[in-house]
Amino acid sequence: MGAREQRPGAGGRRLHAFNGGVHPEEHKSVSTSRPIQPLPLLPRYVVPMRQHIGNPAAPLVQVGDKVLKGQMIGLPEGAISVAVHAPTSGTVLAVGHRPVTHPSGLPDICVEIEADGEDRAVAMAPVDWRAMEPGALRAHLRDMGLAGLGGAVFPSHVKLDPGKERKIHTLILNGAECEPWITCDDLTMRHHAAEILAGAAVMRHALGCETVLVGIEDNKPEAQAAMRAAAEHAGYPVEVVAVPTRYPGGGGKQLAYTLTGLATPSGGLTTDVGVQVFNVGTAYALHRAVALGEPMLSRIVTVTGHVARPGNYEVRIGTPIADLLAQAGGELPEATGLIIGGPMMGFDLPETAAPVVKAVNCVIVKDRLLFPPPPAPLPCIRCGACARACPADLQPFEMYWYAKAKDLGKAQAYSLFDCIECGCCGYVCPSHIPLVGYYRFAKSEIWAREQEKAAADAARARHEFRDFRQEREKREKAEKFAAKAKETLAATTATAEPGEDPEAARKKAILAAAMEKARQAKEGVQPKNIDKLTAAQQKEIEEIEARRARAVEEKGTP
Amino acid sequence: MLSALLILGGIGLVLGGILGWAAIRFRVEDDPLVEKIDAILPQTQCGQCGFPGCKPYAEAIAKGEADINKCPPGGDDGIRRMAELLGVEPKPLGEGLAHKPKSVAVIDENTCIGCTLCIQACPVDAIVGAAKQMHTIIEAQCTGCELCLPPCPVDCISMVVIREEIDSWKWRYPVYMLKQAA
Repeated sequence: MGAREQRPGAGGRRLHAFNGGVHPEEHKSVSTSRPIQPLPLLPRYVVPMRQHIGNPAAPLVQVGDKVLKGQMIGLPEGAISVAVHAPTSGTVLAVGHRPVTHPSGLPDICVEIEADGEDRAVAMAPVDWRAMEPGALRAHLRDMGLAGLGGAVFPSHVKLDPGKERKIHTLILNGAECEPWITCDDLTMRHHAAEILAGAAVMRHALGCETVLVGIEDNKPEAQAAMRAAAEHAGYPVEVVAVPTRYPGGGGKQLAYTLTGLATPSGGLTTDVGVQVFNVGTAYALHRAVALGEPMLSRIVTVTGHVARPGNYEVRIGTPIADLLAQAGGELPEATGLIIGGPMMGFDLPETAAPVVKAVNCVIVKDRLLFPPPPAPLPCIRCGACARACPADLQPFEMYWYAKAKDLGKAQAYSLFDCIECGCCGYVCPSHIPLVGYYRFAKSEIWAREQEKAAADAARARHEFRDFRQEREKREKAEKFAAKAKETLAATTATAEPGEDPEAARKKAILAAAMEKARQAKEGVQPKNIDKLTAAQQKEIEEIEARRARAVEEKGTP
Repeated sequence: MLSALLILGGIGLVLGGILGWAAIRFRVEDDPLVEKIDAILPQTQCGQCGFPGCKPYAEAIAKGEADINKCPPGGDDGIRRMAELLGVEPKPLGEGLAHKPKSVAVIDENTCIGCTLCIQACPVDAIVGAAKQMHTIIEAQCTGCELCLPPCPVDCISMVVIREEIDSWKWRYPVYMLKQAA
């Protein structure tokens, strides 16, 4: 990223402007007029086991089980995974496939819970994070189900482990919230500033870093004021920085660059330059997990757009989106569908029975006025507008041509995997080409091919080993036969008397050996179960034998 | 005249010697083309191409004895990549061969009599079991070659098509209407 434009921010910190970016209409005020509203207890919750990046959690409950609020119902599996918890007390109705919030509309494994209305919780206790081993603290966060609430839902405990070689010098709390319409981080900062900074204190401790920066876009003065006020009582130095409002300024790499001037290398993470970025909502959830011992049971969700009561709601994980909409007054007439996430990076929800998961920060109800159907794409005119708008400094048009031609290798050579799918390129495209759609297609196709190749390589190795094993077995068998034949030959020729024809002696010996073998077989093998008998057992056997002998005598035949 | 002949002949002999030595010293053991073709083949080892496995088929292609369109699991994509590698025109899948959706074999464990015939037939050792013991298929290692189906005396093996799940789901190629339907 070029460091051309530098200007001091409100706090005196020199800010670094990333290249590209766009400024779509914000629409934020639609949902900021009301404080965060809690949702009443609903009769039914559907909790997916796959809510985070990494392995899905393994269901711990069965149909008919009684669960309590905060009880772990999904066990983290493997290193990159977090636990899943029951949002309320009740009975498990089903463990099976249900529609989930995913662009595919495919069902996934969920635990369906019927609420009993009592909302009884398991015992929750705070932990002393200052005295805890770093590993124990991370295990606690994993068991509390903590995953990043900014949208990527990466397990937080993994991000809090910088590793032995890597030194993190700066922790950035991401309150930029650059996407239009979404206001959940704004409201979280306004209402829970002190808790966010208390959570950040734990992060700072776990990462062993000194500097804590809070990046907030300058269109959120209330959130900035609240965070500044809280920073004075945080107990450690925190700098709240207003960053220019420009999408995607809230992208982790973009915000890190804006605040520190450190550019993330291609294919790398911000931790490569010593910066770790967490969403403010994650810090708030982490504070609750540590100070209250409360697992991630709910999150703040913005419901906005063409809906009766737009606003921010505290929604339990597992709340069906249809129910959430109903609580927000329902869709207004002539709604044309739902977007999960923002209009730039979100996706159309195929199924409203799908539940709110940790990744859902916003639900937008579309209508024809605010979200007109996209105009038909025209051919690319090679104007280069997309390249100027790209915040990752890529050449979107090149990637588009190669992805469109399904030349995936070439698309990858143009750093396809550095694309953050922000959608700036498609936003500025005068031909209205759905560019990100092509990148998503190319990325998932490349991943699928890599998996196929790994499977083919494994199959080849197994097949080659099988051939080798069959050869070896054949050889071993042949060797065994040869050895035995040789042995017999040696044994039989050895018995030849001097003067006797060796061939005749050998035949005689083979005959003798065969007769000996037959005799042994006739005598039978001594059973193994009568070699260690007690005196009483021995006596009993003798009596039976005597009886049998008498019977044979009487009848005359055995 | 004679010296010129001697010098040129000498140079020729020396260079010929170096070339001859290099041909022995740097001999390529395997045909790299076979490896390249084998890397494109899907390694199901199913034998639908008429060869006992992917490697023999790759060898036959390299020798020019087999056509490139005999591999149904590889599909059109495999044929296209093979054509690219060999510099020939891609062609449709050979006659009598049809592409099937990717499947895995599943043993009905109640019917299995433990005869071990399928274990012997499996080209990738993906079936576990022993004589007179129930057999089962390691799903992750099954290539879907169907070679275990014919030997089974009780027909307890069936092919199950792999369904698309969330973790195997792929973003589709963008398709859009050129004209909005009226």
